[in-house]
Amino acid sequence: MIPILRQIFRTGIVSEPLPPADEALRAATQRLSAAITEHLGRALVIRHVDAGSCNACELEIHALGNPYYNIEAAGIKFAASPRHADMLLVTGPVAKNMEVALKRAYDAMPEPKLVVAAGDCGCTGGIFGESYACCGRVANVLPVDVSIPGCPPTPLQLIEGILAAISPGTTLSTSRSIDRSTMSAPGSNG
Amino acid sequence: MSETAQFFDLPITFTRQPEHVFPAWEAEADEAALEEFCIAAHRAGRRLVALWGCDKRDRQPDVPARGFALHVALDLAEGLACLTLPMDACAPRFPDLAPIFPSAGRLQRAVRDMIGAEPVSSEYPTDLRPWLRHANWPADYFPLRHDTPDASFPAQNETYGFVRVDGDGVHEVAVGPIHAGVIEPGHFRFSAMGERVLRLEERLGWKHKGIERRFVGMALAEGARLAGRVSGDTTVAYAWAYSQAAEAIAGVTPPARAIWLRALLLERERIANHLGDLGGMANDVAFSFGLMQFSRLKEDWLRLNARLFGHRYLMDRIVPGGIAIDLSASGAAELIEQCDTIQREVRALKAIYDEHAGLQDRFLTTGHLAPERARQLGTIGLVGRASDQHWDLRVDHPCAPYDELETRVATHANGDVAARALVRFAELNESLHLIRKILSGMPSGDIRCDVRSAPERRGFGWIEGWRGDVLVMVETGLDGKIRRCHCHDPSWHNWIALEHAAIDNIVPDFPVINKSFNLSYAGPDL
Repeated sequence: MIPILRQIFRTGIVSEPLPPADEALRAATQRLSAAITEHLGRALVIRHVDAGSCNACELEIHALGNPYYNIEAAGIKFAASPRHADMLLVTGPVAKNMEVALKRAYDAMPEPKLVVAAGDCGCTGGIFGESYACCGRVANVLPVDVSIPGCPPTPLQLIEGILAAISPGTTLSTSRSIDRSTMSAPGSNG
Repeated sequence: MSETAQFFDLPITFTRQPEHVFPAWEAEADEAALEEFCIAAHRAGRRLVALWGCDKRDRQPDVPARGFALHVALDLAEGLACLTLPMDACAPRFPDLAPIFPSAGRLQRAVRDMIGAEPVSSEYPTDLRPWLRHANWPADYFPLRHDTPDASFPAQNETYGFVRVDGDGVHEVAVGPIHAGVIEPGHFRFSAMGERVLRLEERLGWKHKGIERRFVGMALAEGARLAGRVSGDTTVAYAWAYSQAAEAIAGVTPPARAIWLRALLLERERIANHLGDLGGMANDVAFSFGLMQFSRLKEDWLRLNARLFGHRYLMDRIVPGGIAIDLSASGAAELIEQCDTIQREVRALKAIYDEHAGLQDRFLTTGHLAPERARQLGTIGLVGRASDQHWDLRVDHPCAPYDELETRVATHANGDVAARALVRFAELNESLHLIRKILSGMPSGDIRCDVRSAPERRGFGWIEGWRGDVLVMVETGLDGKIRRCHCHDPSWHNWIALEHAAIDNIVPDFPVINKSFNLSYAGPDL
């Protein structure tokens, strides 16, 4: 126990201040009401879904939790269930094989909900594009509020985008139509 | 006259491929000869590296018996041996190699999904379930046949034939494709009795995004970017392997300094991942102190990457012909200093891990993969080395600069989570040592040369990435553009080992077992 405490003491607090929101990353014109953002700003819960990335974006999302960025100190945490989430953070182009699962995760989230597409692939389809196996950018499958470019986006860029989605004055439309035709039969692949 | 050779006293004459920086051999074989050769290689303790299919109907339109080809790459003591089996243009088939090399099973299913060639066996039942195809495109749409048009199909739900375990009290736990944490998608089907896992079956392929079809028609230089995004955490190994293949096609050797810089980046990639995993494994046994400490060290490591090389994960730094960015003398000094700091910090953390009873209790005997089982399954890379399988290209077939570096391979015989942690600690230290050696032996000079593609050539690249060996095969067409590129991730071989390592463990220990393997989903899903 003593070596652990000594290590903690020696390391000290290395957390750095978070960057401000980057409004330029906002993809949708809808804005959340001030009341909601004030609430979310204190405790935002994110469900991340990798819809087909190369896994570099995941490494940077992991980095958000390290002591330098310490994103939990800002009241932002990642949830295991989409039912507990305010924001869906999607990485990768949407692989055809992940389309149904991604839509189900979105559908399971309570309203109001935000979608952030992270990484060049999520923003544009990136180098993988659209094909028999790939739906391309996230916006081709779900309504996207904020797009964060980068290959992969750095932790700071991710934070700027996440904060942009919940920055004051934003409102969110709740009536968005997505194709639910493939979302009916539950349970085939768990 | 090219050099030729025969192996295992079998009458297949291999030709040594010129322009490769490691020994690469090629030969053609019929079905019986291919099977016989694989059996002989397996008996000799050698292993399957990769297996993929090609459509060659456009090349020999008048010889229907040679419409498609199956390529089987093996790791022999003499180097990489690639056997080509010509297959019929109308009903392509090949012998089922899974009874010899278990990891061939899923590779064969992928070949079937991609080009429509069938594995056949007269002795054993052959697994013909789709692997990369999840009912999201028709069964007769073969993406890697050159006459298959671009198309898009509506997404569908798939009913997959998981193997069921019957018996009183046996229940199934279905996990994924979306998992609880920030992790890549895959599906795990546990058959459990209470908490004890009787069987684990994986269903992967969720991230399949058509990378191999995407390569077709790309310029040789352009392909490096895509290869570097097959599995982001292994971008250096992929980009280097791809560049080796491209350089073999072009017949050029990059300047010595570029090769040494590549090795520097490869070892830095290995260390970055090991730092991440050592923290992640502790976190999965509720020792979050370990995660916080190691993720701090990893962040320091990545920040120096960004500052000196312009990218945290070193993407697009290795390019065909050399390397995109040089290292200054002051940069080299910073790297050395960082090696000293990290070594000191890791030593302190290892002492804490070693003495932490709770952590050791969860690590020891968990996720046990016995050396004998690892040998049967063909387990490779880091996971293989933790189960006493001594495969490491840096020693087995060292290309420059590894031929001068004398890498010490870290192995362990216990095959449990603890052994995989110890191998990571040992490899981390060895890589720090290698980085110092590389920096002190680094030649000066140019860092890049011209790479001009040549028509109708095939090149191989083979690099020991942090998980295991990455193989890249590139073939050019008449126009010098990419006709076929196959990128092979080491995870193909180790996913089946994970299924075995989970048996008899409790379901709640699966996350740490999975983390101790830390296999790529994106890499094999392609």
